[in-house]
Amino acid sequence: MLTKRLIACFDVVNGRVTKAQQFQDNIDVAPAADLAQQLYEDQIDEIVFYDIKASAEKRKIDLETVRAVAHHVFVPFTVGGGIRTIDDMYEVLKAGAEKISVDSMAVRNPDIIREGAEAFGRQCVVLSTQVKFQGIRPGLPSGYEVFIDGARLATGLDAIDWVRRGEDLGAGEIVVNSIDRDGTASGYDLDITRAVADAVNVPVIASGGAGTVEHIADGLTAGAAQAAIISSILYSPRLERNLGVRELKDALIERGVPMRPYVAG
Amino acid sequence: MIGVIDYRAGNAPSVGYALERLGLTHRLVATADQLDGVERIILPGVGAAQATIDSLRESGLVEPLAARVHDDRVPFLGICIGLQVLFEHSEEGDVDCLGWVPGRVRRFSDTLRVPQIGWNAVRVTRAHPVTDGLGHDAYCYFVNSFFADPADPADALGVTEYGQEFCSIVARGNVVATQFHAEKSGPVGLALLERFARWDGTC
Repeated sequence: MLTKRLIACFDVVNGRVTKAQQFQDNIDVAPAADLAQQLYEDQIDEIVFYDIKASAEKRKIDLETVRAVAHHVFVPFTVGGGIRTIDDMYEVLKAGAEKISVDSMAVRNPDIIREGAEAFGRQCVVLSTQVKFQGIRPGLPSGYEVFIDGARLATGLDAIDWVRRGEDLGAGEIVVNSIDRDGTASGYDLDITRAVADAVNVPVIASGGAGTVEHIADGLTAGAAQAAIISSILYSPRLERNLGVRELKDALIERGVPMRPYVAG
Repeated sequence: MIGVIDYRAGNAPSVGYALERLGLTHRLVATADQLDGVERIILPGVGAAQATIDSLRESGLVEPLAARVHDDRVPFLGICIGLQVLFEHSEEGDVDCLGWVPGRVRRFSDTLRVPQIGWNAVRVTRAHPVTDGLGHDAYCYFVNSFFADPADPADALGVTEYGQEFCSIVARGNVVATQFHAEKSGPVGLALLERFARWDGTC
């Protein structure tokens, strides 16, 4: 059967993985290529890499680090940050990624989703969303608003309307990233994760807030997500205790969540 | 020397990195003359059937590929869309494909979450040099909205469940193909690539 996925998230600054809290105060963790190699050996299911400064600094994505990571990772590898055009996407794919994550840029220019899906297939385009609960009000029927630019700018878009539109335009996966929960280790926002999973037919990825095995299990069951993005639990220096991929998977399998089993050798 | 077919919608670099890790020499093949002298061929793929077929036609690779595979009997490995385009026809864009393997490519039911994305179990149905040692229920990484339905069940070397059982490995003569991304299926996938690199194309 199709198993659920654990995806390690890299917020990359100058070739190094960092860890933020509610999209701020990034602290240094490790060189991206080294951490990628270690997680690959631990049999992580997938890695997603965000060049978190590319957009704000109005520069191209750090292709050198993308290449360095791709050399070590023989599991799926998604890259995002500073992607504006089809040519940007092509450069990233040529560097060894197989999926492109679009976020703020897709809100500014939704056609990038359609163009990417037409050029490279919809499986290649991951729509990542930063969402925050603002209360139900006219124009915001779900109560969740989409933010962009590192959670700094409110868009007025309703989260459910936006993910439906993204799916129609050709997104092959949707990441639901809770701004309130990011880096807090207090659990995914299950309400919006489940609402998005109900609203679209493509796979949905829970993100923001996983601090324990229970949080991950909840995201993949009550939250109805097909995959869980984790980072703090693996390597945040803010947590007293980090857990390894194998430990997490064994604990999830014990809780009845179908996971790819660890392969010896 | 392994020739890896390189086209815009493909993911030849990922396959190249995997071969490098295994210490296997390869070269990217974007034109027909680059097929000369390669001892085996990999057709990787992501994306849509139409884009892949168009890209192969525009590069003038369709006939030279067929000549190397069918006349010279060079061992061939298709990956993902590189499996689907081997069939006669794909429902994706209603496109005629290479027709090397009898059968059609169909869409998963709308009742399923599509694309299928993630690690799923592959059950090998018979002995074959490329899959020997893959183990029972080997988990591999899939990304697909469509699946191959071979006309001859004997062409299905591996099967996987997603809503229904579908063919996840094709084997016909010196041609093998995986619906999953062998280059992205961790140690299991790398081991399959290594066995393909040692295979003489017979079984």
